[in-house]
Amino acid sequence: MAIPKVMGTEIEYGITVKGDPDFDPISSCVLLVNAYREDHAGEILWDYDQENPLADARGFQVDGEKYTPNQQENIARNKTLVNGARYYVDHAHPEYSCPEVTNVRDLVIHEKAGERILEASRREANALLPEGTQLLLYKNNSDRKGNSYGSHENYLMDRRTSFKQIVECLMPFFVTRQVFCGAGKVGSENRGHPCDYQLSQRADFFETEVALDTMVKRPIINTRDEPHADREKYRRLHVIQGDANLSEYTIYLRNGVTALVLAMIEDGAVDRDLSLRDPVRAIKETSHDSSCTQELQMDDGKRKTAVQIQAEYLEMALAWAGRQSLDPMQKDVLTKWEHAVEALGRDPMELSQQIDWVMKKALIESFMERKGLDWQSPQVEMLDLQYHDLRPDKGLYYLLERQGRAERIVTDEEILAAIHTPPPDTRAYFRGECLKKYGSAVFGVNWDSISFGVDGEPIKRILMAEPLKGTRAHVEELLESSPTAADLVKNLRA
Amino acid sequence: MRIRNDLQRPDRGELPIYGAADGEQKQAPKKGGGGEAEGSAGPKKMAKKGEKLKDEMDALVDEIDEVLEENAEEFVKNYVQRGGE
Repeated sequence: MAIPKVMGTEIEYGITVKGDPDFDPISSCVLLVNAYREDHAGEILWDYDQENPLADARGFQVDGEKYTPNQQENIARNKTLVNGARYYVDHAHPEYSCPEVTNVRDLVIHEKAGERILEASRREANALLPEGTQLLLYKNNSDRKGNSYGSHENYLMDRRTSFKQIVECLMPFFVTRQVFCGAGKVGSENRGHPCDYQLSQRADFFETEVALDTMVKRPIINTRDEPHADREKYRRLHVIQGDANLSEYTIYLRNGVTALVLAMIEDGAVDRDLSLRDPVRAIKETSHDSSCTQELQMDDGKRKTAVQIQAEYLEMALAWAGRQSLDPMQKDVLTKWEHAVEALGRDPMELSQQIDWVMKKALIESFMERKGLDWQSPQVEMLDLQYHDLRPDKGLYYLLERQGRAERIVTDEEILAAIHTPPPDTRAYFRGECLKKYGSAVFGVNWDSISFGVDGEPIKRILMAEPLKGTRAHVEELLESSPTAADLVKNLRA
Repeated sequence: MRIRNDLQRPDRGELPIYGAADGEQKQAPKKGGGGEAEGSAGPKKMAKKGEKLKDEMDALVDEIDEVLEENAEEFVKNYVQRGGE
């Protein structure tokens, strides 16, 4: 029986300062992240003690230096938010890691809340910049000059499912899922074959099948084994293969379908061998074919299109679903996945209000036709970039949304509420509510811990190894009966 | 593009000719979406839909024109990021 798929996303945004030739990304990121103010306003550390990014899921520890900033730098670069998210500076990019959620609708809401939070801090930061300059943010994954930054998904998995089994069952799915969750890109880079337009922002950057790296020689399946939870019971599958999506529908399918397939793998329900001869090559071939008709070389000698491979996963999912009691949202994901696979098999352009890469392509083609432009023209490159612009009045995705050309999954009210409200049904609830209530007493935070500095006593660290504990149902009463952090610590000991 | 083909079909007068040739080929135009069942109302409806779609796309392009970053060439050239993750 598969375990609940607790999940979250970490999105790195592109950043630039228009009108500043000496723009420095790192100081701009620090300015941006610190421009965002919440009421609790304590100086809270990110607790690096609990981290181990060099553990490999294949069972070994990789050599390397663990990054640990000094206290002042730590506080300047890390913000933990009252909704349970982490908003911080990662290398030269602002990054938003949404709180843990139990379902894909909440995931869409919280990923979208992240866009609003970055846009709010962008406006605040701009007030501090010299006149004539403007800080801009992009929810994308590439500068189209060979530099890529990631958007990662995380899924809680059962430790009993072997990593080898995950890799085998997942690889063909990951190579081909871009047909319904690519964010689209004009041209190619990183020595990729030339093309006008491709499905994925990221496909050009994958150079190997399975590895620990994320910044060089990027793998399709990442082996980082850092569960941020009880490691005897859980894995956290750290997915680096996806694109940063704007379309709610696309985000919903990306995480919703992936969560279903992972549950199927835990249940042993991915029982067809769909191995590809050369996954690294196939992921690029799939991306470079916007007709979705290119056949990929399978390991058994047959050839199948990416859509046919997705259709096989879908068939296995429908058979598996018949033996489960899926909740209504999981059933809805299945229905939408089926719709997408069928439409992609007929004509991908049917999904011009649902799937990012198709939405962007339709928009660019309308513009090109009217203006007599070709794929190489700078305006077309500009459209590609501006699709991802976070300014509501400038971003082309938001323009489509305003015009009713983007099918929505959630409401603006839900997104706005999530800026200040943690999900009620994971440990993010405890994290967020503690920040709201005891902000000045919180010393440090990590995904699986929160520590308090109370009345000059030694720091008290509360461990949260179970992502599904610390929910509203579990701790609301405890929080209500603890007016101060000292009371909370005392009550937890009792 | 597909819509335009459908609109053109009746004007080209190919339907009756196909129909006269033999029974088997009679099915062919149906596949294209311009079947006999739709009769003369079909193309008009399609033309209206096509016009509406074109108007909508024109409105979209106009809006994009208004918000598109100026000096596109320089802007995209200057958009350089450090690798991340």
